[in-house]
Amino acid sequence: MPNLGHESRITKKPSGIQPTPRTTMHEPRTPDPEADTPLSDDENALLDEMIRSGLPRRDFLKLMFGASAGIFAYQLATEKQIFAATSALAQGAAAPALAEGAGVAVQLTVNGASKTLKLDPRVVLLDALRDKLALTGTKKGCDHGQCGACTVIVDGKRVLSCLTLAAQVGGKTVTTVEGLATQEELHSMQEAFIEHDGFQCGYCTPGQLCSAVALLDEAKRGECSYVTADVKSPPMQLSDDEIRERMSGNICRCAAYPQILAAIQSVHSGRKATQTWGFATEEKLAEIRKEFTHDTTHDTV
Amino acid sequence: MTPFNYSRAATADEAVKMVATHPQARYLGGGTNLLDLMKDNVESASDLVDVTRLHLTEIAEQNGGVSIGALAKNSDTANHPLIRTRYPLLTQAMLAAASAQIRNMAANGGNLLQRTRCGYFYDTALPCNKRAPGTGCGAREGLNRMHAIFGASEQCVAVHPSDMAVALAALDAKIHVRTPGGTERVIPMADFHRLPGDHPERDNTLEPGELIERIKLPPSNFAAHSYYLKVRDRTSYAFALVSVAAAMELEGDTIRDVRLAMGGVAHKPGRAHQAEKALIGKKATEENFAAAAAAEMKAAQPLAHNAYKVELGQRAMVRALLRANGTV
Repeated sequence: MPNLGHESRITKKPSGIQPTPRTTMHEPRTPDPEADTPLSDDENALLDEMIRSGLPRRDFLKLMFGASAGIFAYQLATEKQIFAATSALAQGAAAPALAEGAGVAVQLTVNGASKTLKLDPRVVLLDALRDKLALTGTKKGCDHGQCGACTVIVDGKRVLSCLTLAAQVGGKTVTTVEGLATQEELHSMQEAFIEHDGFQCGYCTPGQLCSAVALLDEAKRGECSYVTADVKSPPMQLSDDEIRERMSGNICRCAAYPQILAAIQSVHSGRKATQTWGFATEEKLAEIRKEFTHDTTHDTV
Repeated sequence: MTPFNYSRAATADEAVKMVATHPQARYLGGGTNLLDLMKDNVESASDLVDVTRLHLTEIAEQNGGVSIGALAKNSDTANHPLIRTRYPLLTQAMLAAASAQIRNMAANGGNLLQRTRCGYFYDTALPCNKRAPGTGCGAREGLNRMHAIFGASEQCVAVHPSDMAVALAALDAKIHVRTPGGTERVIPMADFHRLPGDHPERDNTLEPGELIERIKLPPSNFAAHSYYLKVRDRTSYAFALVSVAAAMELEGDTIRDVRLAMGGVAHKPGRAHQAEKALIGKKATEENFAAAAAAEMKAAQPLAHNAYKVELGQRAMVRALLRANGTV
């Protein structure tokens, strides 16, 4: 005698339906109510400066790298703000909003400063950094652990902040891209990325930088990779293939891979690539301005 | 993601008690798969019991073999001197998986428990017997290029995604779990994962509330001749189309013992017993490797879009054996 329940399961055979591709990067599905956090004073000052002087993109980025070290001096979000955000997050799912006063208390050290937050347990480290601590250097790419844009360093290891609950990081030490430079000096990896033109749009860059900085520590510890010829004796000097394999968790849609590789290799081995560009000097800028003025005021065409 | 309570267990006993008494509670290890699935509402939990701070991270020699803590990270395990020198096959398999960031997060126990990456399992708008029993299998008649060629059922054609598990199958690992009754249960790797049959929602043979504590590897004579080959759509950071763990114990050029396991072809990492049998006592030559691989793949039952895996699996087996032999 046939088991009807069982039969009904196996006869239901849908055909030709295609699943959503998992390899595509998605926009975050739930718009974050705090996503358009206003620029900080530092950022506004830089932006004004850029607009006023017509500063090239590279210079702006260099300034941003330097200034970002100071960006972590933010006030903690009030509890009210936190729960306003989490109830909005919950709207997509048919789930009850958390009662005010609920949540999990998390203490963590971010870029050297101790922070205490009270969070909905669902908040991942990425959102806590960006929305609660206003450390927007860490970027949300796919939000599913596929792109590496959200890479930060926790207790010395690079991890994905989009797949780490903030609560899991309690008591731990987090370094974000804002914590790589000092107030005075860029991290050598940041200098190398600028020198080797290791980005175009820059969106993946904070993740690339954190990943690359941690990679060098892994190499110093003698860690292997899948392309290591003999894992019984790890390489002390990383080949280009070793670096490519070890950076495969960081996707760059602008495909700046050759330059990123050159930048990391230059810090790792001291091997310098020829810089194919340079900052314009004051004299050169004056010359350009002169030409520009000449062309527009004496239009002979 | 539906709301849940977060708590941190102080001891393994406490963790087991918490999960065993709450039917919708889940253990939280590295979270790399579970949180991803929860974000997509493929999985949900009433409680997440964080077990990452339990003292189950040790990797140590034991009775000539090695005991690996279930909560040691994949990266720490792969790079541990005991694993690199005695079980390089496991090191290679673990380093072939995911990215450096994910390996730093993922724990060994969770690696074994990761779910399939079948697109129909992930897409809650579509039918999937593994995610929602009784809704049907979207992949069987749909897009099944990535799916199983061995051991599938009418209800499910998904494959297990782990690389580590393939090496563990080859190395005859044993999984030590703590039961809600407070006792220890030992599950041989071959019996840990299961074929889908009528219950594809069950990936493995763990009972509710059971917690993986350790993975134990027996002494091995395979360190000198082993290789993990992973074939995928891109060179790195992708799941296997086909993978092969190959290990040989050689006497001169005669194969005294051999282990072959395959990933990406079935609902569980599987040993290629036919090929193993065909190779023992034979010379380690490409011809013998090819004949053994062909014997193994005879039983393959490809779907509409994955017949390529039969030829690919055969060639991958030969290639992995040649690499293990040091020929290429």
